[in-house]
This record gives sequence, structure tokens and C-alpha cells, in this order.
Amino acid sequence: MAMTEQRVSYTLDSSLETIDRAEEKATRIATELGFGDDEVMQISMAVREAAVNAVLHGNSYAPDKKVTLAFERTESDLVITIRDQGKGMDLSKIPNPLAPENLLKTSGRGIFLMRSFMDVVEIRPSQSGTELKLIKHVHGSTAGGKEASQ
Amino acid sequence: MSMKVSSRQVDGVTIVDCSGRITLGEGSVILRDMVRDLLSKGNKKIVLNLADVNYIDSSGIGELVSAFTTTKNQGGELKLLNLTKKVNDLLQITKLYTVFDVKDDEASAVKSFK
Repeated sequence: MAMTEQRVSYTLDSSLETIDRAEEKATRIATELGFGDDEVMQISMAVREAAVNAVLHGNSYAPDKKVTLAFERTESDLVITIRDQGKGMDLSKIPNPLAPENLLKTSGRGIFLMRSFMDVVEIRPSQSGTELKLIKHVHGSTAGGKEASQ
Repeated sequence: MSMKVSSRQVDGVTIVDCSGRITLGEGSVILRDMVRDLLSKGNKKIVLNLADVNYIDSSGIGELVSAFTTTKNQGGELKLLNLTKKVNDLLQITKLYTVFDVKDDEASAVKSFK
């Protein structure tokens, strides 16, 4: 699938393999769009964390539920959308992993890392699933200068 | 690249050499099993050598925390050695750098237990 029209999307199973595939696609597309090494790592890690959320917490590995992953290059941004078919997350229950009482918890850092690595993170929960939008601004003229392809 | 671990003894301290990725799934399980096995055999002075760990996700961070607290709860001590820049940066932004005892060279890591 080529990233023509500056947008590409994938429908993926609710499996551990999906998490690796999502990360690999993010790495490849961000690299092809001309982001630097550090930004590529940040984007791929944010996508990995979003995929973990979708597969584990959203779809709970259910074989009949899918994860959709889309990459879109706009004039100024790389916009990545990850959607699951779960029950939707309760935003009020997302803990602050930097709070002293949470520092030694073994989970709860995924969304924090996404927010650390991306310029914008939008979370839209609903009864039919959660949509995460991850946005990285394109700096300079290099990123996006060439079309990504698979 | 999948996760690989091996352990060796230096002056009563167990050095666990880790390489690859500590991520959700196999990587985290391998590390968890290794630490549990060491503790069950009475090895309670543990150093995780992360020099060849090139990637870690939030699950991997959670696994490091789990290894740290499990060891501490059993009267032991677990320290980190030779962090790569990526892992170091992750521990900084998650404020875990202040939780772990992080060492830059093996000799001082081993000595620090005495």
C-alpha cells in the first residue's frame, strides 16, 4: 500500500504482533517523511504505546475486534490516529505517573509517554471504542519532502 | 531483536547482562523470570547490566520497577548498570532515575553492595 494522497491506513488484529507492526510502520513512515532519528524514536514509541492501549486495554485481545491505524501527512503535521473497538477509557481514571504514590507502580505510563513524545495527544473515548490522535509537527522543509511508500 | 539475559557472579553480586528490547511480551517475561529465579536461589544482590538494551517501552519500565520492588521486598537490592542514552532519558522523564541506584561501571556497582 502506498502512502498516496498523504494518507495510509491499516486494519489490524488485537494481538501482540499488531503492537510490533504498528511500531515498525511508524518508524518507517516517520523516517521516510524525513524526521530526525530522535523524533523517529519518539513517534514510534508513542505509536507503540497507543497500540498497547488499543490491543490490551481497549480490545482486550478480543479476536473479533480490530485496531485501525492511520498516518496522515498534512501541510504542517504528521497525524496518527489509532482506534480500538473497546468500551472506551475513563479519562478521569488516568493516574499521574509522576506522583510520588504512583512512581513505583508497574503500569500507567503509556499515555504519559505519548504526551512526552508528541506535540499533541487527543483522546476521544466513546462507548464504541477509543480514538487516540497523535500529532507531531513537521519542522523545516525536510520532513514530508518525499512521499512515503510501503 | 528479542531480549536475551545471562547471569554471572562477581564477588557475591549477580550481574545480569541484558541485551535487546525490554518490551511487552517476551522481553518483559524473560527479565521477570530471571529475577524471580535468582531470588528463589538466594541471590539478593542483583545488578542489571543494560548496556546492550537498545529499546524499552512502558511495559519494560514497569518490569524494571517490578524487579526493583520484588527484590527489595525480599530483603535484597537491585541496581542498574550502563544505561544507554535512550533508557537513561526514559528513566529521567518518568522520574525513576531517582528511584533506582544507577551505576556507570561494573566495579563500583559491585563494591556499592558492601
